Amino acid sequence: MEKTYTVSVFTENSIGMMNRVTIVFTRRHLNIDSITASESEVPGVFRYTIVLRTTRQQVDKVVGQLEKVIDVIKAFVHEENDIVHQEVALYKIRTETLTNGDVEKVIREHHARVLTVDPQFMVIEKTGHVEETQLLFEKLRPYGVLEFARSGRVAVTKPMKELSTYLEEI
Amino acid sequence: MTTTKTTGAQAVMKSLVAEQVDTIFGYPGGAIMPIYDALYDYEDAVKHILVRHEQGATHAAQGYARTSGKTGVVFATSGPGATNLITGLADAMIDSTPLVCITGQVDSKLLGTDAFQETDVVGISMPITKWNTQVTKAEDIPAAIAKAFYIAKSGRPGPVLIDITKDAQFGEMEFQYEKCTTIRSYRPKPKLNSALVEEAATLINGAKKPYLLIGQGIMLSNAEQELLNFVEKSGIPVASTLLGLGAFPNHHLLYAGYLGMHGDYAANVKTNECDVLIAIGMRFDDRVTGDVSRYAKQAKVIHVDIDASELNKIINADVGVHSDAKEALTLLTELVQEKKHTAWLQEFRDLKKVEVETLQKSTDESFSDEIKMEEVIKMLSEITKGEAVVVTDVGQHQMLTARYYEYNKTKSNITSGGLGTMGFALPAAIGAKFGAPEKTVVAIIGDGGFQMTLQELGTILQSEVDIKIIILNNRFLGMVRQWQQMFFEKRYSFTNMVSPNFIALAQAYSISAKKVEAREELKENLLKMLHHNGPYLLEVMVAKEENVFPMICTGASVSEVRLN
Ligand SMILES: Cc1ncc(C[n+]2csc(CCOP(=O)(O)OP(=O)(O)O)c2C)c(N)n1
Repeated sequence: MEKTYTVSVFTENSIGMMNRVTIVFTRRHLNIDSITASESEVPGVFRYTIVLRTTRQQVDKVVGQLEKVIDVIKAFVHEENDIVHQEVALYKIRTETLTNGDVEKVIREHHARVLTVDPQFMVIEKTGHVEETQLLFEKLRPYGVLEFARSGRVAVTKPMKELSTYLEEI
Repeated sequence: MTTTKTTGAQAVMKSLVAEQVDTIFGYPGGAIMPIYDALYDYEDAVKHILVRHEQGATHAAQGYARTSGKTGVVFATSGPGATNLITGLADAMIDSTPLVCITGQVDSKLLGTDAFQETDVVGISMPITKWNTQVTKAEDIPAAIAKAFYIAKSGRPGPVLIDITKDAQFGEMEFQYEKCTTIRSYRPKPKLNSALVEEAATLINGAKKPYLLIGQGIMLSNAEQELLNFVEKSGIPVASTLLGLGAFPNHHLLYAGYLGMHGDYAANVKTNECDVLIAIGMRFDDRVTGDVSRYAKQAKVIHVDIDASELNKIINADVGVHSDAKEALTLLTELVQEKKHTAWLQEFRDLKKVEVETLQKSTDESFSDEIKMEEVIKMLSEITKGEAVVVTDVGQHQMLTARYYEYNKTKSNITSGGLGTMGFALPAAIGAKFGAPEKTVVAIIGDGGFQMTLQELGTILQSEVDIKIIILNNRFLGMVRQWQQMFFEKRYSFTNMVSPNFIALAQAYSISAKKVEAREELKENLLKMLHHNGPYLLEVMVAKEENVFPMICTGASVSEVRLN
């Protein structure tokens, strides 16, 4: 059965790492829904968070093959309720639309934040799960969204051993 | 530790010497000229074999690695030199062969500009190397090489590529070499979980029909003796994958045969009759399993592999042991009871009889005058007592050699298994000879595959490589023709093969050669070839439309192996 899985990959900071990680998915013809990367709590160790829909069997095999990549320190699979996750979305709209009171209401109701206001445009930020950021997009669309950008998922796990303890073990 | 000022190119050579490299297969060009210049001063310490195509260098290095147990080393220039390595890298990757390939690259300031002979070889080779890297500074060279040798040879071996820019080769540095012994993100040697081995032993001790499948992992971990001890104590019949041939002496009473699509009848059928299946250092390739949904379903499966990602990848293991074969076998041998499975072994022998009789009958009927490939192989096997290093190409001759050559020595079977690379054998045989100079090396090649890399005859000439080449000429791309006959209504689409005069061709390279067309001439000419001092090419005209059986057709189960 296909489900949404989040894969966390901890790697050394070497050139081409993103490529080495994604190749493992490409080979199995798996489509990545989102991918984010940044330095983790351990200096020099990068954390990739990859979201995809597939079967447990496939994702377990992918993780096995990810761990074979020399510069990959460790990879984990998480199901949706093993993790706390978040995404951030930015919406650029015309400042003049604010004169329509409904937009203010939408922003308030969705607990979105105004990041900047320019005479021409303003940028609104909303963090949340993809359904939430998408809903806000749908609500703003009638007023005209000039640009919309959403990050990939970032996630931390509920039960996992801390990576630093793991690194000390090896 | 003493340090001295050297160029990056000299550092490459010093690092290789520090890794005890004595043989390099390569081909020069613009971007690797500084390294070749440095190599010029190492003529005494390091043998460099000038191949005729960089693909040949990779296969030669593979042959060298597989007979010597050491890491094969390749030099190539940037651009076309580097891209010519791709087939060999992919082959070495899938067949777990340790290689260190060093490519020259354009000056680091030119990277990404489509400079002359620039190609992103690191990007191209990423999925077909165990690790690769680009070095742009002279001072980074020794550490990169140290890491490369460590990665290539440890754990499950594989090919590694280091791309060195020309400015890094020219740059100056203080040379200092430290072998790499650990990498934080890489754990090649798993810790054996003895509880799992105990579990495995319990299964084995309770088994009525235990069956052992071995792969190349046995040889890669130098566990041949441990395997023998285990098998002789437990009395379990052993079958081998294509790459595992030679790890267990084929003349042994407990040897049950060769597995897979064109493997032995009993070896395949019994997979679906055993009660405990033990797989060590093999990876359940689809050519071995046939239809996985009907593979060994009745058996409890014990799988031992050094590569954790192989466990449960194709076949779910009841006991999956992530371990080096040698370590696991040593402990397992202590824990298993001494047994003789006489009745079970007899079942293998009975099937063997059926196989021999059926095959004999059908081949006798269809090709009585023409020489059959297996006659040549059997005769070669007898004359060499199964002790030669046998290098095969890809196709019918390869499968028949695997079936009929009696491999009695370890590291004596060199073939392209996972990738099935035609053109592998000639260059691989050259490398195999450098890896085992004291052994007789015989390459067995089809008329098609020979023409894929025949330029390496030039390497044999120039480097005076004493190998024996047998071309089994059936005037067809035989293996593909067989499939056309069986599955495409005999529509022989582009599989007939017109060949040059191989004898004249060999002679053009000063290689003695002889063509055999009649059965009566076969033995004397095989003997003549083997006794000849220096390289020799023997072309044997064999039956045009012989088919390889047994065969497990695509989608069939191992128990449905066909004898005709
Ligand atoms: C590089 C490459 N191209 C194509 C193939 C597909 N192929 C597999 S076996 C075979 C026929 C080989 O013919 P030959 O070398 O004459 O050997 P034979 O089967 O007749 O013994 C071919 C074309 C391959 N394995 N490798």
